Amino acid sequence: MTDTEEQLVVDFPLRKPGEVFPPPRYEEYRHREGLVLSYLPDGKPVWLVTRHAAVREILTSKKISSNPDRPGFPNIGETMGVPRQDQIPGWFVGLDPPEHDRFRKALIPEFTVRRIRDMRPQIQDVVTRVVDGLLADGNRSADLINDFALPIPSLVISALLGVPKADREFFESRTRTLVNIRQSTDAQRDLASRELLRYINRLLEIKAKWPGDDLPSRLLQGGVLAPQELTGVLLLLLIAGHETTANNIGLGIVTLLENPQWIGDDRVVEELLRLHSVADLVSLRVAVEDVEICGQVIKAGEGIVPLVAAANHDDGVFACPHMFNPERSAKQHVAFGYGVHQCLGQNLVRVEMELAYRTLFERIPGLSLAAGPDGLPFKYDGVLHGLHELPVRW
Amino acid sequence: MRITVTTGTCVGAGQCVLSAPDVFDQDDNGVVEVLDAEPGPAQAEQVRLAGQLCPSGSIAVTE
Repeated sequence: MTDTEEQLVVDFPLRKPGEVFPPPRYEEYRHREGLVLSYLPDGKPVWLVTRHAAVREILTSKKISSNPDRPGFPNIGETMGVPRQDQIPGWFVGLDPPEHDRFRKALIPEFTVRRIRDMRPQIQDVVTRVVDGLLADGNRSADLINDFALPIPSLVISALLGVPKADREFFESRTRTLVNIRQSTDAQRDLASRELLRYINRLLEIKAKWPGDDLPSRLLQGGVLAPQELTGVLLLLLIAGHETTANNIGLGIVTLLENPQWIGDDRVVEELLRLHSVADLVSLRVAVEDVEICGQVIKAGEGIVPLVAAANHDDGVFACPHMFNPERSAKQHVAFGYGVHQCLGQNLVRVEMELAYRTLFERIPGLSLAAGPDGLPFKYDGVLHGLHELPVRW
Repeated sequence: MRITVTTGTCVGAGQCVLSAPDVFDQDDNGVVEVLDAEPGPAQAEQVRLAGQLCPSGSIAVTE
């Protein structure tokens, strides 16, 4: 930082109701030298990181930790609308290497490009059935968050976890309760969370006795992870893959309705991931040793908030970053994070988005927003960017 | 152009397979596998991208 530029200190939360996303302030932060300082509601200082290269550096630094038990780790309140689960064994996004690697290595065979490609017919089947539901009984309108974007990832995760078909409605309704903070109370979410945890434990008992051709059965047989660790792993897969995917599907539909010339072109997926950057506040970190980033020394024990949406709108990497341009090379985005914790399910999400858009617009070509885009209820109070509802008609 | 990979640090994100499917694959453990360690000029751009996108820095590309 130069002598002429004073340390900028800003309020948290960073998003404000009614604002566009990413907040225009991110651009201002990025154009300053050094880093921006903020204080969380609990009084802890955190450094905000906005440049693409710096975000990648943070997420790969061995001097920086993902462990929420470390002193100074930024706690920005409830995660994704559910009570904190990071204390349960198997919540490996909160572990650093080498402890983290045992979990990651056990899981990567389940998410390879080939494995996900093999799942395409199953994912297409889920999407087709969800669209059948939209069109049932001569309906001409729907809320595409509740009736489309949320059920798809929940049903896909059900299939991945080998949840019996008879239980998928139970599974889908409880996961929806967890996410839909406008239509459920704290008590309902707490109950849904406990019911899901109990269900996952029961599922693991059943898979141990009667193994199937599914992820939990293979992990149990592999023996690398203990059954009590698998409870946390399965819950993590569910929570990490549900609302994030739904938000991407929902926001992408709005962008495609505003840019209909791109409907039917699969290149939109990568650009939509970059543009919307739904997991803006997910990759939280704490310094374990003093580390210099953008000329600023972050001291051991100080929290770090890499702003993924700011990095994905860095005009040094993406020209005219606020424009939706599927022809650009968007692949350098950090929408799935970076480093050893980069999203395990990223290739699954890409297929879910592709098939969701293609099937929706093929089956319902006359789709339009029920009201103008200005009135859409954006989420501004959680860690994820997305829509609470998406009313449409056809 | 020559490719060297460090399989021990690979986190199986699959970015290399998506970027350059003729050059990279994942084995049964989900770990990077090089199909062609000295790819020709036609693959150069895809291979460079794979190196840049690898989240764990497990792919080294020397020109």
